[in-house]
Amino acid sequence: MAENKGVLVYGELSNGKLAAITTELLGCGRKLVDDLKEELSCLLASDTVGEASKEAIAFGADKVYIVEDASLKQYQADCHMQVVEKLVKDVSPRAVLMGQTAIGRDLAPRLAFRLEVGLATDCLDLSIDPETKLLMQTRPVYGGNAQATFASELMPQVVTIRAKAMSPIERDESRKGEVIPTKVEIDMSKVRTTIVEAVKEEVVGVKLEDAPVIVSGGRGMGGPEPFQTTLKELADLLHGAVGATRPPADNGWVPEALHIGLTGKIVAPDIYIAVAISGASQHVAGCSGSKNIIAINKDSEANIFKEAKFGVVGKYEEILPAFTNKLKELLAG
Amino acid sequence: MPGVNMIVCFKQVPDPEAPPAVFKVAGNKMTVPPDVKPVIGQYEEFALEAALKIKDKIGGKITALILGNKLVRDVIKKALAVGGDELILLEDEAFEEGDSWSTAYALATAIKKTGEYDLIFCGRQSSDWDAGQIGLGIAEILGIPSVTLARKVEVSDGKARIERVVPDGYEVVEVAFPALITVTSELGALRYAALKGIMTAAKKQPIVWKPADIGLEPAQVGAAGRRTKLNKLFQPVKEAKCEIIEGETLAEAGANLAVRLRQAKIL
Repeated sequence: MAENKGVLVYGELSNGKLAAITTELLGCGRKLVDDLKEELSCLLASDTVGEASKEAIAFGADKVYIVEDASLKQYQADCHMQVVEKLVKDVSPRAVLMGQTAIGRDLAPRLAFRLEVGLATDCLDLSIDPETKLLMQTRPVYGGNAQATFASELMPQVVTIRAKAMSPIERDESRKGEVIPTKVEIDMSKVRTTIVEAVKEEVVGVKLEDAPVIVSGGRGMGGPEPFQTTLKELADLLHGAVGATRPPADNGWVPEALHIGLTGKIVAPDIYIAVAISGASQHVAGCSGSKNIIAINKDSEANIFKEAKFGVVGKYEEILPAFTNKLKELLAG
Repeated sequence: MPGVNMIVCFKQVPDPEAPPAVFKVAGNKMTVPPDVKPVIGQYEEFALEAALKIKDKIGGKITALILGNKLVRDVIKKALAVGGDELILLEDEAFEEGDSWSTAYALATAIKKTGEYDLIFCGRQSSDWDAGQIGLGIAEILGIPSVTLARKVEVSDGKARIERVVPDGYEVVEVAFPALITVTSELGALRYAALKGIMTAAKKQPIVWKPADIGLEPAQVGAAGRRTKLNKLFQPVKEAKCEIIEGETLAEAGANLAVRLRQAKIL
């Protein structure tokens, strides 16, 4: 096998455009290849890739491999695996970067086990060891109660990276790069699962991942109602979104799409208002990237106060309405 | 045999709901005080429930398979107490400190030894290392299809029909046996064990396999069989510097918080 060189980003499209996570992966990959003095490649596989290939170059890619096939429109593991497996073998990178997204979580372990190499999922930090040139991979473990740094000497080193953990480089349309249309014959006889139906469960209002302000409630809210009234009123006032910890989602008080945490959405808004949230590690893992965490909790010892910049200790039922009213007044004046 | 032949893989972990302060790293290993009880990983409990729901409906056999060392019988026998038929332990010092690769490899090898199976269930990720690789890894090693993040699983005519959670809703996916399914929390909590189940479980002895029993050398399992090297386990120091806003009443404290946030130009 050829020497493993360079970094390959597995790109994702969102509504036909380059997904935010992919710009973050390219930003991270750019730094790594600059340290290595090697090349950054990006794979984009879909039914049509279009302008996204140029965007990938503007965000740092040297080479963009595009694979277009009708069977790639929707993510289907057994189709996408054929593409990524072939491309990784052809390009022979030293590292493959994927997002810790719905697709990355599903695809990266398949790829690593297929290639018989190591994988670190949900990485927060990556760096190149100057002596060995190995990728050092740091990820949270024990629900965020610790972090672990891994390295694998098997090539390529495969990682998935948490959303918002890395920054894109500044978009530059004048950057030069090469778009390489690539043909992969997809063998449909190897596709062993059938997607019978895809059902959308739309959430109205601002999307959690895009919201600059999130007002989030925990088990302490006691039921579904406050999510639709007290929390929503504050979120609306601040043009933000309502979120939740896992128990409200598991109890059906809110749709799963509002669940923030290790196994739900990972968010990093400017302002995260945590209401009646104790701050369990697995929830904090989903919101610790927020610029300002503000906590309201009746237990002064709650872990959330270790994360928060500002806090009030007491029952949210008494604190929150007064907070919202005062804020209304201040914002109007 | 009528019904569905199912295997559920699970793990014993320190209670992930324990207060964050009890988790301490010492000598590159995670330690918890003895009063933090081990439990079955939360996602594997959902996996077990997925199998039990199928057994309720159309019958079959559930083999619970666990890998580790010094497994606490009272904890892991819960898999039998809730309705599992058989409990197999891959239990040996050599299985300790594995990574996703060596763990999945040992589990897959043990599954081959059990013989015929229709469905394998795993949790979406463990409740300690959170890697989310084992299920997909087992399926790759066995060369069978896999479907992740199931919130509902139904079985008919040698096929599983799975509702799979995706970011904006769910997909309905069909796959023929044999297949592997990873399960997420929306499937629903594991049922409580009935008294009769607890009594049956107490009398039943688990099967214990060492590496040699599944045809593996100690060098192929646990720490020796790793593909990834753990360089460092550490706990980043968090500086707690929360400014607590007070007031004569809680309502006043709430209003003061609004004033303070405006003043700090946060809102």
